[in-house]
Amino acid sequence: MITARVASPDALDFLNLDALFSEEERLIRETVRRFVRSRVLPDIAQWFEDGILPRELGRELGALGLLGMHLHGYGCPGASATAYGIACLELEAGDAGVRSFASVQGSLAMYAIYRWGSEEQKQRFLPGMAQGETIGCFGLTEPDFGSNPAGMRTHARRDGDDFILNGTKMWITNGSIADVAIVWAQTDSGIAGFLVERGMPGFTATDIHKKISLRASITSELHFNDVRLPASAQLPGANGLSGPLACLTEARFGIIWGAMGAARACFESALDYSKTRVQFGKPIGGFQLTQEKLANMLLELQKGSLLALHLGRMKDESRLHPAHVSFGKLNNVREALAICREARTILGANGVTLEYPVIRHMNNLESVLTYEGTSEVHTLVLGAALTGIDAFTG
Amino acid sequence: MKIVVTVKLVPDTNAEKRIDPGTQRLIRTGVETVLNPYDEYALEAALALKEKLADGSTVTVLAMAPEATKETLRKALAMGADDAVFLTDAALAGTDTLGTADVLAHALKNIGFDLVICGGLSDDGSTGGVPGALAEFLAVPGITNARSLEIIDGRVHAQRETDNGYQVVSAALPVMLSVTMAVGEPRYASLKGIMGAKKKPIAPMALANIGAPGSAGAAGAKISLLSTAPPPVRGKAKVVEATDGLSGAQAVLDFLKERKLV
Repeated sequence: MITARVASPDALDFLNLDALFSEEERLIRETVRRFVRSRVLPDIAQWFEDGILPRELGRELGALGLLGMHLHGYGCPGASATAYGIACLELEAGDAGVRSFASVQGSLAMYAIYRWGSEEQKQRFLPGMAQGETIGCFGLTEPDFGSNPAGMRTHARRDGDDFILNGTKMWITNGSIADVAIVWAQTDSGIAGFLVERGMPGFTATDIHKKISLRASITSELHFNDVRLPASAQLPGANGLSGPLACLTEARFGIIWGAMGAARACFESALDYSKTRVQFGKPIGGFQLTQEKLANMLLELQKGSLLALHLGRMKDESRLHPAHVSFGKLNNVREALAICREARTILGANGVTLEYPVIRHMNNLESVLTYEGTSEVHTLVLGAALTGIDAFTG
Repeated sequence: MKIVVTVKLVPDTNAEKRIDPGTQRLIRTGVETVLNPYDEYALEAALALKEKLADGSTVTVLAMAPEATKETLRKALAMGADDAVFLTDAALAGTDTLGTADVLAHALKNIGFDLVICGGLSDDGSTGGVPGALAEFLAVPGITNARSLEIIDGRVHAQRETDNGYQVVSAALPVMLSVTMAVGEPRYASLKGIMGAKKKPIAPMALANIGAPGSAGAAGAKISLLSTAPPPVRGKAKVVEATDGLSGAQAVLDFLKERKLV
């Protein structure tokens, strides 16, 4: 038997997961990675410090085809779920704020219209949203109802053929820049979805300031004060809480990948730093404590990436259950956060500045851990899947 | 008009490269294949020209490579090329630079062209010999090192980079032209482009289709590769230790002066 010399593993792709991607998937990754390198990384620290995300970035993401990329038709590319995941990973390796923009636009707002909208609604909104010309947001969470959306107070009352919408939505990404908000509200016949357009009388949005996480992302509060909506504003296919939850499952899937992007960026930064930072006469990467940290980070980064890919393939084969998505989100965000925190300790004091990406990613992940289903809720989803007993209800 | 871009498929620029000691050829197993980075500039020039002309002109990419690397061509299609021709044949292994140009010329005559655009050199072989030889074998004007080009009344007008500036030259089509990196950064492949590339044709071509030129393969090669060696290991870098910027800069300056480098 001839034994070929096997090349040493690449630090950033230790298990050679590259070999598991198709040529098309590698091309998509290269396109997104190049975009992030040239358009996001040079300015992201400043955007984070200033608490902004430039509006034109949406159009650039749209021009590349990254908004609603896994949807078919209506100007969307129709890429696979795995390809969408790869794009989320690369975007979040830039910043979770940029990935959140794409997630909310594509997987929440566009997907809601795509899945539950009328043909007319799809034709009207999706092409512009795919181009990033029209911005969407998704209003489900309320000040008093986060993990328990079923209790929402926002309601739409029938008035002839119209609806009258009242209520408040909280923590809404892209809220104040949105041209169209997908708003979930109680009606006489259960929870329903509505398309509320910017400028409709009674609809206002105010931004939430003083965030220390996801600063390069717009987060708003939406207010509805007797907003009159025509019957044609309702999403006809959505009936009950399963409507918004289906959208959340889509977005959470992207987060499984995105979190590994943030983790990879921190791992890369820490590894690089450990090889150049000299203390006691040698690079700190030469000390056993640092090597243990790096090795542990590598294990979780590679395992989480492999998990994301496995779940992506399952989604593409229509074998993915929402509990699988909970499994992925719980594990990957938790481990990504641990990796980023560990990376911070390797960078020492430099780790707390925006000169390095580490604390930015670490702080972002605090939001990611909570939004799109808290880690606690995902834990209980797994508990219910295992035992058959739902811990949410008495 | 019909624009054909010749592209070479080379081992990943960043990959560790190994030579098979028996054949003196690069071991391609386990190394990702990519479009030769210089050829991406040629493709960018072709696509930009096509867009500017907007007259139904087409861009075809032509590659000569082992069968296993065929899918690498998808990137060229994803960037915007209309179709591809993939010339592959077991008998091509070991073809030298002159043979490559001759075989490509046979293929180009078979495909038909108004303008052939090449990258300046390949990232792996780095001979830079193909464009000039290609013009010769095609018996068309050869414009090398172009930094920009346009078509005016059936003629190519190009700026050629030289050591101390550039020349403006012009030649009647058909023309062979090679470009430098100054023609413009290669574009990103958009998602739509990547998805659409699946449906674009990659036409297979074998030596038998183009008259089996005798220059192909190791048998036709005029240059024999005798041996290869890795670059010499670089000596240890000199580290300048200084208490402040000024004395550090002085130490670096002294070091350079000592070696008459400044």
